[in-house]
Parts: sequence; C-alpha cells; structure tokens
Amino acid sequence: MLLLTAVPGVLVFLMLFGLLQRSRAILALKSFSHLLFSSSWHPLKGEFGLFPFLMGTLWVTLAAMVIAIPISLLTAVYLSEYAPKFVRELAKPMVDLLAGIPSVVYGVWGVLLVVPFVGKTLAPFFGTYSSGYCVLSGGVVLAIMIFPTIIHVSLEVFSSVPNALRETSLSLGATQWETVKHVVLRKGLQGIIAAIVLGLSRAFGETMAVLMVVGNVPKLPHSVFDSAYPLPALIANNYGEMMSIPLYDSALMLAALVLLLVVLVFNLAARFILIKAERKAE
Amino acid sequence: MKKLRRRKIEERIFKLFMLGSTVVVIGSLLLIIGTVVIKSLPAMKLSMITQTPKGGYYLGKEGGILNAIVGSLYLASGATLLAVLLSLPIVLFLNIYTKKSSAFATFTRFSLDVLWGIPSIVYGAFGFIIMVFLGLRTSLLAGIITVALLEIPIMSRAMDEVIRLVPEALKDASYSLGATRLETALKVVVRQCLPGIVTAVLIAFGRGIGDAASVLFTAGFTDNIPASLLQPAATLPLAIFFQLGTPYPEVQQRAYASAAVLTLIILVISLGSRFLIRRFAKHMIK
Repeated sequence: MLLLTAVPGVLVFLMLFGLLQRSRAILALKSFSHLLFSSSWHPLKGEFGLFPFLMGTLWVTLAAMVIAIPISLLTAVYLSEYAPKFVRELAKPMVDLLAGIPSVVYGVWGVLLVVPFVGKTLAPFFGTYSSGYCVLSGGVVLAIMIFPTIIHVSLEVFSSVPNALRETSLSLGATQWETVKHVVLRKGLQGIIAAIVLGLSRAFGETMAVLMVVGNVPKLPHSVFDSAYPLPALIANNYGEMMSIPLYDSALMLAALVLLLVVLVFNLAARFILIKAERKAE
Repeated sequence: MKKLRRRKIEERIFKLFMLGSTVVVIGSLLLIIGTVVIKSLPAMKLSMITQTPKGGYYLGKEGGILNAIVGSLYLASGATLLAVLLSLPIVLFLNIYTKKSSAFATFTRFSLDVLWGIPSIVYGAFGFIIMVFLGLRTSLLAGIITVALLEIPIMSRAMDEVIRLVPEALKDASYSLGATRLETALKVVVRQCLPGIVTAVLIAFGRGIGDAASVLFTAGFTDNIPASLLQPAATLPLAIFFQLGTPYPEVQQRAYASAAVLTLIILVISLGSRFLIRRFAKHMIK
C-alpha cells in the first residue's frame, strides 16, 4: 500500500521524464528557445517552429477567459449570496452536469451552432469575413467548458467567508451588493484568483472541442475572427503521420512537454494560493 | 437621499447581471443537450445501436455504431476497474495508515491535485510512450492503461473527500474491539463510505468514457468489436470526432447518434450517483 501511495507523486515526474526523453532527439539539433519562438512549421524540411501554435493557444485561451471570468463570477455570487435555496439546489447539479459533458460533445455543439452563428451572423455584423472556424468560436465553446471549474471553486471560497462579516457590513447600512463588493469579494480575492488560474489551466490544455471549431491553420491569428491552431490540436491532429517523418514525433512530444510544463506551473500556483488562503482563514 | 437612490440602482443593475449570467450558464447546458437530442432524433433507429458500420466507418453509409458503444464500454470498464484497484489502497493508506499532518500524505494529495489538472492530451502522449516502451500496438489494453492513469486522480480525490469524513470514534471503536488497521479499513471504513466510493467510481467512469484525446493515440479505431485486449477498439468520442468530418450525411448521422448515446450515458451516471448518495446516506453511522 505504501508503494502504491507513492505512485501519484512519482507519476508526475515520470511524465515529465518520459516526455523529455522522447523530445531529446529534436532538442539535440535545435535550441529550446529557437523551437519555441520560430514561426516556420515545415515538418518535411525538418523545421518545427512552435510559435504559431503557442500563440494560437494563447489567443483562444484569452478569448475564453474574457467571456468566462465575468459570467462565472457573477453566477457564483448570485448562487452563493442571492439565490433562494431551491434555485441553488437546482443549479448546482446542473453546473456539475456541465462539467461532466465530454469535450467532443461540446465540439459537436460548437460545429452545429456556434460556428455558423459566428460565421454568418457575428462576422458580417462587425463588417468582416469569417468562416466561423475561428478563435472566437473556440473561445465561446471553451468558456462554457470552464464555467463549472470557476463557479465550483468560487462557491467554495464564498462559503468560507464567515457570515458574521456579512452581517456586520449589512448592519452598518451597506446594501447587499456593497457587502458583496467590499466584504465577500475582498475576503475571497485570493481564492477567486486561484479559481481563475485553475480555469485558465483547464482551458489551456483542452483539446478536442477546440480542435473541432478553431480552424487549424498554422498561422498567427490577427483578430478573433481568424483561424488559429492551438498546441493541443497540433498534437491530436498529427498522431497518424508522426512516425513517418523524421523528428516529427519528437517535435510533438516536445509540444506535449511544453503543455505539461505550462499547466504544471499554473496548477502549482493556484494550489499554493489556495493553501495560503486556507491558512489565513484559520 | 439622491446617493441612496444611486446605491439602490447599482444594486439592481448588478443583480440583473448576475441573474443574466446564471441564465447563460444554465441555458448553455440546456442548449447543448437540446441540440444533440434534436440532431440525433432522425438518426435514432434500432439498427444504429445494434449494427457495426458497413463498408468502413468513414465512407460506408450503412450500419450503426455498435462497435463504438461496445468498445467504449469495454475500455471504460477496464480502465475504471484498474483505477479502483489502484485508487482504493492509496486512499485507505492516506487516511488510516498515515497521520493527518504527515508530509507524505500532504505531498501525495498535492500530487493528485496536480495530476487532476493535467490535460488529457498529455496523458495521451504519455500513454503512447508507455505503449511504445512496452512494445504494444494501438489496442484496447493500451487504451485501458492510459484512461486508468487519467481516472486515478479523479477517483482518488473523490474517494478521499468521503473517507476523510469518517468519524475518529468509529475507527477507535473498531480498534478497541481488537480489529487490525486492515480489518478496520476494509470492514468498517469502506462499508461506511460505500455510497461515496461508488459515486467516485461512477464519476471516474464518466470521465473515462467521454475522453477522446487520451485514447486517440492509444486505443486506435476499428469497425469491429474487439475480441481480445490486444486488438484496437473503437470508442464513442472518436466515433463522433471522425464521423462528423465526413462529407456523407449518412455517416454524419452516426456521429450525432454517437453523441446522443454518449450524452445519455453521462446523464444516467450523473443522475445515478445523485440517487445513490440520497438512498444510502441514511444507512450511514453519523
């Protein structure tokens, strides 16, 4: 049992080690920073610049966060501070269910509804052309996928704010919103940041749903109506041919390694903030 | 007085925003399920779920998605079984054999949290490395191993949350009757937490059956139902992904049907675990 319990701790390092081992072939030829910041992606010529994919991921993640942060936080505040009990009891399982829906189903929905809407309605409205398979569609689908993460963690943070603090604020004549603004949000600030970072790291690594709606053109996007090609989509799309072109598999494993490192940093940061906030609360 | 009115207006505006946001969140859930149901209704024939695709899953216009349904069930069941065999001992060890303040337990819980946050595509790449290392080809077995790794953190964290709540007094009572720690773990703690444990298993099963990125590299895809662990297996998420991209509407129908079946499985699991918690909660010793 002791040995088994060591598995989770070892597994993290094993993953890092395994991916590093497999990407050494390409790192031996080119420097890490060159691969990361070069824009030329021509596997047949042996050029594996990951920069367009990195930027693709950043664009889509950013679009998702801009949509998801206000909506999830407002929902969490409503459910925790305003909603009558039955609404809360009804909404929580639905949020859980949203978290349980597989990402391909999100992708199907995105292709059927979001892509045509963005391409045929939204883009002409802003006076541009878009196929619909673009950063914005990816952002919308991704935002809905990370609603549950942010809402769930925020709700826990809000429920840890002592009621006495709220009552004090209300008794001083503050309105309910002022209490939320000055007491609940302020007291829970660290936790909210952690919730956002957790959502961010989820968005960063999400693969299938984004892959299905974002267009997958390896070029730097210049607006939200442009196609993008995020890092996870690159890995998922090319698993078939990666063994037939030299160094291709190594480049893809490097992409996975970069993804893992970024997500690890986000996760460690969020967990540390949460632990610190917990200690402060006690 | 004027100031008070402004404050009240601010309150109203934000309350409206909050209500709107909540409606957006709940609405998107209903919209997603609604879209899948409406799109898949015309595709839902009995032959869809009782036949394998004829003439290739990507081009053939006849047949159904039985290969993916059975493949997914095999894969998720195998992976969940493997994950239970690993998760349960880990969680019992954390809660019964280590002290609350132990650095080892804190580190393990922390690692589980970190593993929980790693994207499934990275599990897929890692599973691929293991597969090559073991000399396997894309197969049901490779898929099961990868998905089991993906499920362990989800399952362990969910189990840990219930087992942590077992009252000390209950354990002390068991010890005082002369039971060893192992007996206490298996006969008292597991029994007390059974509904929670089953829920954890169901949640992990749901995640496992719905995940596409991790099986993309490892389980392969086929028109047939796998007859052994070493054959490739079709899965519902990949059936959706591949068949949605075809130019033939008949084949796309199979993607919609797969999406509906998958969503139905997730819904049943979600409702089922909720029911279990309610049903068994009253038998627990508080």
